Amino acid sequence: MPTSRSIISPERLGALAGALPWIVALAILGYAFVAGGYLVTVMSFALIYAVFVIGLNLFMGYAGQVTFGHNAFAALGGYTSAVLTSTAYGWPPIGAFAAGMALALAVALVIGYPTLRLKGHYLAMATLAIGLIAYEIAVQWQAVTGGYMGISGIPPIGIGGFDILSDRGQLAFLAIVVALATWSAIRLRGSRFGRALAAIAGSEDAARALGIDVARYKLVAFLVSAAYASLAGTLFVHVVGFVSPEVFGLHMVVLAFTMLYVGGIGTAAGPFVGAVIVSLLPETFRALKDYQDLAYGAGLILLLIFAPKGLAALGELIPRRKVGSKAP
Amino acid sequence: MSLLQLSGVTRRFGGLLAVDAVDLAVEPGGVTAVIGPNGAGKTTLFHMISGFQTPNDGRVLFDGTDITGLPPERIAAHGLIRTFQLVQLFRDLTAVENVKVGCHLQTQGGVLTALVRPRSARQSEAQVEATARELLDFVGLADCAGLAAGTLTYGHQRLLEIARALAARPKLLLLDEPAAGLNAQETELLAATIRRIVARGTTVLLIEHDMTLVMSIADKVMVLDFGKKIAEGTPRSVRDDPAVIAAYLGTAEAARA
Repeated sequence: MPTSRSIISPERLGALAGALPWIVALAILGYAFVAGGYLVTVMSFALIYAVFVIGLNLFMGYAGQVTFGHNAFAALGGYTSAVLTSTAYGWPPIGAFAAGMALALAVALVIGYPTLRLKGHYLAMATLAIGLIAYEIAVQWQAVTGGYMGISGIPPIGIGGFDILSDRGQLAFLAIVVALATWSAIRLRGSRFGRALAAIAGSEDAARALGIDVARYKLVAFLVSAAYASLAGTLFVHVVGFVSPEVFGLHMVVLAFTMLYVGGIGTAAGPFVGAVIVSLLPETFRALKDYQDLAYGAGLILLLIFAPKGLAALGELIPRRKVGSKAP
Repeated sequence: MSLLQLSGVTRRFGGLLAVDAVDLAVEPGGVTAVIGPNGAGKTTLFHMISGFQTPNDGRVLFDGTDITGLPPERIAAHGLIRTFQLVQLFRDLTAVENVKVGCHLQTQGGVLTALVRPRSARQSEAQVEATARELLDFVGLADCAGLAAGTLTYGHQRLLEIARALAARPKLLLLDEPAAGLNAQETELLAATIRRIVARGTTVLLIEHDMTLVMSIADKVMVLDFGKKIAEGTPRSVRDDPAVIAAYLGTAEAARA
């Protein structure tokens, strides 16, 4: 076989191309860590969003469902953490995080049970309503949420007696959280549970005919993705030290969708890569001043035209061509 | 005791009586075929057996259990697995992954198992992988294991759907027009595969238009016309039944041509 004699085998090239999105995103993250300054803040946001998008990817990418309302679960996690760790209650962050997660899961269960019986556009509209209701509650329930003014003075992340105070320390901590979140998503996808979700995305009728309880699996996927969202909400309020309704508004959904589709929906690397790249785009285009938004929009459109499966799937296109050109 | 027993199964759509008080007994082993002209109610009957539609009247007994009106996933859990008239594969998944999904009922474990991945889960996954490869080999698709299901030829997609159904270890396999869209060569391969499935000890119930397939593999045939059972028996007796010939061809004259 002539191909096996060449220095780089197609298999290796394929693996390399598949690893490329990871490498680029990790390199950017590493550079931010070394360089410090404003880039650390940008990357911290990116990593928090990555956690949120990993959860979204489970429900939308793996199980093929639609949700516009997961910002509600980020808000539940975030506000619970903010309120309970504030001076009035003085809970440790880890305890508040657990409480927020429990609340988010309970609400997801109550909401998911009826709404997940809806399909397609109806499910999308129902979830959109959930996000809007959560926003309204955050605005109106002033006694607890502080209304538009929000809550400030939220303590930083800390475990035991150790608080992570430096920007770099927070970035490192967030990187570990994202690594764990990615790892768990990969494990979920590679299991019986993940296969059942992929089956539901492919054909609900066929999944049911093979004994998969579609309604139950959708609900569990909804809960798991809500758990990721709640974690992201908690991380956000501790890293920024402040929360207001706008933080978890519709803007969050739009940005997360952009990250998911740019990075590659249904892929393991997609959420992380998408979060890093999309967070950097506005910074990259800032030099264009007035044309910034135009360039940002054009960049997104071009990417979705030429890489409809996102950046994480770009690698899949390269080796095939190389293999083809090398074949005798 | 019959493996599947239908008694007076009826389904109405508005004023239309799609399936009219049909009785059918499927004995364990062998191939039973349901035939009939387009619109005879064959697919509706299949949907009611597999739980995708609920009968308005009548009873469906499977393996001694009343499964009338149960949802499809519950019926599948009893060991009654169906395929679809229009192939319903998980197109983005590879062939081997499709078959692995078929092992769902044979395995256990949810989110926690997936995260912790205990020894039992790893063993079960290895078993699932082996079963899937073995079944792909059984239907002659071993070479296609790593290909996305959507990229296979139609004939191969049919066989893959059957392999996936077999992964659920059905007591009764329902095939909904398995020869639809296949050429003569592919149909012959399908017939051979169905014979081997029966030889493995799985009972097969199929709906079919293709008379050559039915005549070559069915042990028992039931004929539906306008929702009613008009004949039942061996392929030979059914083929010569004047009522069947009339339903299919209009006149006995045309049948002899």
